[in-house]
Amino acid sequence: MSLMNVAAIFAAIAQSTWNRSKILLLRDTVVLPALGFLGIIVLWWIVALFRRDLMPTPPEAFVNNLDFILNPFYQRGPGDLGLGWLLIASLRRVLLGFLLGALVAIPVGFLIGMSRPTLLALNPLIQIFKPVSPLAWLPIALAIFNLADPSAIFVIFITSLWPTIINTALGVSSVSQDYLDVAQVLEMPKWRQIYKIILPASLPYIFTGLRISLGIAWLVIVAVEMLTGGIGIGFFVWDEWSRLNLSSVFLAVLVIGVTGLLLDVAIAQLQRLVTHRRPTTAS
Amino acid sequence: MVKSTLQTNGIQTQPSQSEFLVIENLVKSYPTPTGDPFVVLDGINLTLHENEFVSLIGHSGCGKSTLLKMVAGLERATSGLITLEGKEIRKPGADRMMVFQHYGLLPWLTVRENVRLAVDEVLDGLSHAEKKDLVNAHLAMVNLTAAANKYPDEISGGMKQRVGIARALAIRPKLLLMDEPFGALDALTRGKLQRQVLDIWENNRQTVLMVTHDVDEALYMSDRIVMLTNGPNANIGEILVVPFDHPRDRHALREDPRYYELRNHALDFLDQHFSTDD
Repeated sequence: MSLMNVAAIFAAIAQSTWNRSKILLLRDTVVLPALGFLGIIVLWWIVALFRRDLMPTPPEAFVNNLDFILNPFYQRGPGDLGLGWLLIASLRRVLLGFLLGALVAIPVGFLIGMSRPTLLALNPLIQIFKPVSPLAWLPIALAIFNLADPSAIFVIFITSLWPTIINTALGVSSVSQDYLDVAQVLEMPKWRQIYKIILPASLPYIFTGLRISLGIAWLVIVAVEMLTGGIGIGFFVWDEWSRLNLSSVFLAVLVIGVTGLLLDVAIAQLQRLVTHRRPTTAS
Repeated sequence: MVKSTLQTNGIQTQPSQSEFLVIENLVKSYPTPTGDPFVVLDGINLTLHENEFVSLIGHSGCGKSTLLKMVAGLERATSGLITLEGKEIRKPGADRMMVFQHYGLLPWLTVRENVRLAVDEVLDGLSHAEKKDLVNAHLAMVNLTAAANKYPDEISGGMKQRVGIARALAIRPKLLLMDEPFGALDALTRGKLQRQVLDIWENNRQTVLMVTHDVDEALYMSDRIVMLTNGPNANIGEILVVPFDHPRDRHALREDPRYYELRNHALDFLDQHFSTDD
């Protein structure tokens, strides 16, 4: 989520400096962000110097990771795959769970937003389940499916539900009365009001829900894979730690972060395409 | 022939031309926790003639917008009757299209699509080409052809309201309702748009009921000004007939001594009902 904000700040800074000189532009978009990265690398280096036994220094980590970086799609055995394959496996789980979640959450959100009885029936359920860590669902999922992969997807599905339901319901119930008045004066039938007025009017809210859901889903998949094992970027982190190979953990953290950022940018672009409106930053 | 026969026989099945919109003993009240209903409008009687431009003026909170919404069918009257051409108004309908104070444009649709949505909903008997021509003609009428493919958040307030007006006129309502249509605009834009709307109306007359709080606007545009007393229990205090012929010229109006007489009269009315408020 914070990566998203950083991206937004980045964009705002980039925009505001467009009219200033190129030196300022260079400073704001390249030099200052680079200083931020430099700061964290220095900090890592200092800690690494104190913990020589476990922590690699940044140059050591880079050298150790060269194979991973240069060959992201190697296949050297049943469980020995390049980072690209691991990433694809994790993304597949996240996207499947997320899409199933959206498929359920958007209609449920609509129902809650439009009918008070549904709201009263489902609100307590949502309020209780929402604060539960999605990982707590893992044993239940394992009991149901008896397999790691569907269980992981199920946990992501549960994760994706709540923010999308809540934001969709909020969007549907807060459609401007002006729009509904227009529909009424035009004598628009109810079902056409739903897809010509209420759905497009609440799309920004729905997308906010989807963005938050996808962000959390990407956070959760790493933890789920640590527990379930198998092929995936999350299990990779835990596996490398078991081998005391912290260099690859550092690389994995970077890869997970960049992927999360790209996922958020992708959904923001989709929102822009679908709603014709500039997305507001979700947080 | 048939019509004249009916008239000579004095049969009142057809509403007469002069009584287009009739509001009778209209009361609007809201229930309160104490049990005594809060009466906003108390016994409004008003008749609008065909092709007449009537303004409703009064202080904010006097219920003039509520009255307009009841004519639109967006709010139910507590008691009383509103009829349009003899038929009772019970629900919203495209024969009484509204121009909204805050434009009521759908932000996910372009200017053209906003007008088209209304045309699609109301005139679904037209062919695709006829609808397209109708939309284009009305966009041209309000000088929005160049901005037809822009989204509402890309155009100015004055342009947005022109879209609202084009949308309202495109579906050919019997009665055009305008709820402070220029209220959200700056003074210069407001004057220009008043001129444009009046031009359109003078070239293509129809019945208009406009809510406003601007005496000059009411005098410039309308044939009659209905002045409401202050709420609660608001009523029609006075109806001012504006004697100037159309087409009107704002500059010429200002040189007419009757203009100031009427203006002062209307302002005095409003002042008087303002001071009794508290």
